[in-house]
Amino acid sequence: MRFTRVAALATVAALSFGIAACGGSDDSTESSGGEAKTFAAGSTMEKLNKAGSIKVGTKFDQPGFGLKGLSGKPEGFDVEVAKIIVKELGIAEDKIEYVETPSKVREDAIVNSNVDFVVATYTINDERKKRIAFAGPYYEAGQNILVKADDAAITGPDSFKDGTQKVCSVTGSTPAETIKTYVKDVASQVVLFDTYDKCVTALDGGQVNAVTTDNVILLGYIAKNEGKYKLAGENFTKEPYGIGVKLEDTAFRTFINETLEKAFQDGSWKKAWDDTAGKFGAELGTAPTVDKY
Amino acid sequence: MSQQSVLYDVPGPRQRRLTLVLSILVGLLILVGAYFLVYLPMDEKGQLTLELWGPLIDPGNENFSAVWDRISVGIVNTLTAAALAIVSSLAIGTLVAVLRIQLKTLVKRRFTGFATPVSYLLRGLSWLLSAVTRVCIEVFRGLPVVLTIFFVARGLPEFGITMDTLFYLVIGLTIYNSVVIAEILRSGMEGLPPGQREAAAAIGLSPLQTTIIVLLPQAFRIMLPALISQLVVVLKDTSLGFIISYEEILNIGKQIIGALSNPIQVYIVIAVLFILVNYSLSKLAQYVQRRLARGRKTADTPTQNPPAVALVSQAEGGASGV
Amino acid sequence: MNVLIDRFDVFAGGFWLTFQICVLAAIGALVLGAVVAVLRISPVPPLRALGTAYVTVFRNMPLTVVMFFAAFGLPVLGSNADFLRIPVLDQVFTRLGTDLPYFRFALIALVLYTAAFVCEALRSGVNAVSPGQAEAARAIGMTFTQNLRFVVLPQSWKACIVPLGSVIIAMIKNSALIGFFGVVGDLSQSADQLTSAEGFAFVPVAIGISIGYLIMTVPLGALLDRIERRQAVAAR
Repeated sequence: MRFTRVAALATVAALSFGIAACGGSDDSTESSGGEAKTFAAGSTMEKLNKAGSIKVGTKFDQPGFGLKGLSGKPEGFDVEVAKIIVKELGIAEDKIEYVETPSKVREDAIVNSNVDFVVATYTINDERKKRIAFAGPYYEAGQNILVKADDAAITGPDSFKDGTQKVCSVTGSTPAETIKTYVKDVASQVVLFDTYDKCVTALDGGQVNAVTTDNVILLGYIAKNEGKYKLAGENFTKEPYGIGVKLEDTAFRTFINETLEKAFQDGSWKKAWDDTAGKFGAELGTAPTVDKY
Repeated sequence: MSQQSVLYDVPGPRQRRLTLVLSILVGLLILVGAYFLVYLPMDEKGQLTLELWGPLIDPGNENFSAVWDRISVGIVNTLTAAALAIVSSLAIGTLVAVLRIQLKTLVKRRFTGFATPVSYLLRGLSWLLSAVTRVCIEVFRGLPVVLTIFFVARGLPEFGITMDTLFYLVIGLTIYNSVVIAEILRSGMEGLPPGQREAAAAIGLSPLQTTIIVLLPQAFRIMLPALISQLVVVLKDTSLGFIISYEEILNIGKQIIGALSNPIQVYIVIAVLFILVNYSLSKLAQYVQRRLARGRKTADTPTQNPPAVALVSQAEGGASGV
Repeated sequence: MNVLIDRFDVFAGGFWLTFQICVLAAIGALVLGAVVAVLRISPVPPLRALGTAYVTVFRNMPLTVVMFFAAFGLPVLGSNADFLRIPVLDQVFTRLGTDLPYFRFALIALVLYTAAFVCEALRSGVNAVSPGQAEAARAIGMTFTQNLRFVVLPQSWKACIVPLGSVIIAMIKNSALIGFFGVVGDLSQSADQLTSAEGFAFVPVAIGISIGYLIMTVPLGALLDRIERRQAVAAR
């Protein structure tokens, strides 16, 4: 029963891709109407398509990925990826409602249906897979360390082991938990704020020696303040970014996965990157393999 | 003010000259201190450049209108949350205050008209109810508002209740402030001269009628300044909305900082905005209080010292001098 | 519910840290608040203006903003608040002495903010002393300082206790904000840590954290109620 439904959905999805591909240009300018699409009855895609509007969870404070600036609208790679998916659903771009989902509320937001999906520098891991499901990955980042350009004392996470260097990260994030395993004494070495901006301010003022999180976010700050900061060493973790959907909604996950694969192929993925985080000089690399678990 | 003049003599000409000299000296000292301890370090760190301040104060700056558009969105959101919170806290706070006063009289009642077991049951029941409300009030009053808000925003969804972050914030603020307002009103009612209650009973009003018709209006009147200053508290506490990603003014400030990297400047502007609004509110409280004091004197109602809880709420919230 | 037992160390550590900052901030706020109160009633106008300005500014700003200025403004002014690394004290209150200044910053913010309310509480106490007392003191030739020291303050002390106590209770609750400004491991930040980062169920953690705060606030509140009732009886 379940299998047949999934298969049916997959066919329908594949069909709709065909239609969309015929639809022509991948520019995001024609956003008013949204194209007519058909999805399997009862699926999330059909529901959203009928409703004509969608709620997307993203971050509002990540340069290059999801940053809500003066325009009042979030901008960045995550937002562009969300737009690609929403377009594929046949929903107009201006019908997207962005909901701020900081690291600590992402699972809750999905489980409680506050949002339809989450694209928010969201690392795929097994702990989270217990509560929600991930489509993607659509990008692979890795944790790194930001230091002042003239700092030679910190060369990697092991530099924190002697207990003198102080590091800043964001409350409730994966990098914060990871770095805690490297330091000697959490109380005197780790500072946690609610945004990376505050961490960078603290680094600038000399209260901390380093800021740690995913490399792409750090690259944003390097690009913003030319010559002031640098990365200390290589990435020491792998952080594949996924798109969070409801645990049981396999059809929607498959749909997003296929949309992503298509975006990898037709160049819209690369364009999204070049327009946003790519400006920081980060490598996009080759498209990651979508994990259809 | 009247107290101050009592503490020292009205200065004579010599004293006045001395004071003038001292004043100028102290004033200069403050200015010099501010220059060396605040202005110079800020200048040295480049915090006073137009590049950082421009978007906030220079109308000619390209970002000026965008920045202030965002800030006004933040102000509107802050005021919305504060207004909703204060209205609901007032309503619920009044209810709770009446409930508590009622329960208190109920506990004292002996239910003599009933059979013995029934009367014991009723007494036990009213005691229990009274205890439960008391505990609830103590718990909600003793918890930090940050946590109340955080608990509401994280806790309600666990039970399947989801809504806009605005309402999480409003509910969180309401839980705390309604309890505080209930206590303000209760102490106001209990501070009234006992004759009021007795007179009401003498003309045949039931305890509930007495509370609603006689005690509550007077308590509102006496406690108005404390209530207004509670408004200041609510307004300040809406700034905690940033914890649950509500877009009040601090959160908007955070976004502006993300775009323009001028944290100190943005926060100074926000601080000034808060001080302006709250200062006028507390001035209003002072004015209302003065009017009330005058009214009371002419109407010759028996005056009592405002009960100590008035001072309490004043201390917490910042009404102006009782 | 197991989280309360399994991670009892986290709750206990959080309680201890919150307790530390509350004790230190209470002492600091009482001292600074008294100074500001004296400024506000002093005979020299600029001092009075200074006192009034202080109270106006800090009472009308959200603590969040004060915390922000302490944590990010002080570094701009070139200070890491090292003067708070008091030699003997930092043996007991270890966070005072760490290289990371955020405990000290949070402490400064709490002290500055609370002092404004302490000042108002003290002033309301001074105002509660009947003017006849001060007049009589002046009539027998006492100076401003003598008047305050021997006549007004000893009497106002009694009227201050309850409002001061409420200020301290409010301060304990306000201390929940320090976790958002770089102090790692206090009660409220532990709640965040346990639920967000370590994925414990929300309700038990909430209960544990609440108990931590209620242990401090409720007994103090009950004590104040008692004093208040006694004073009310005495006044009759």
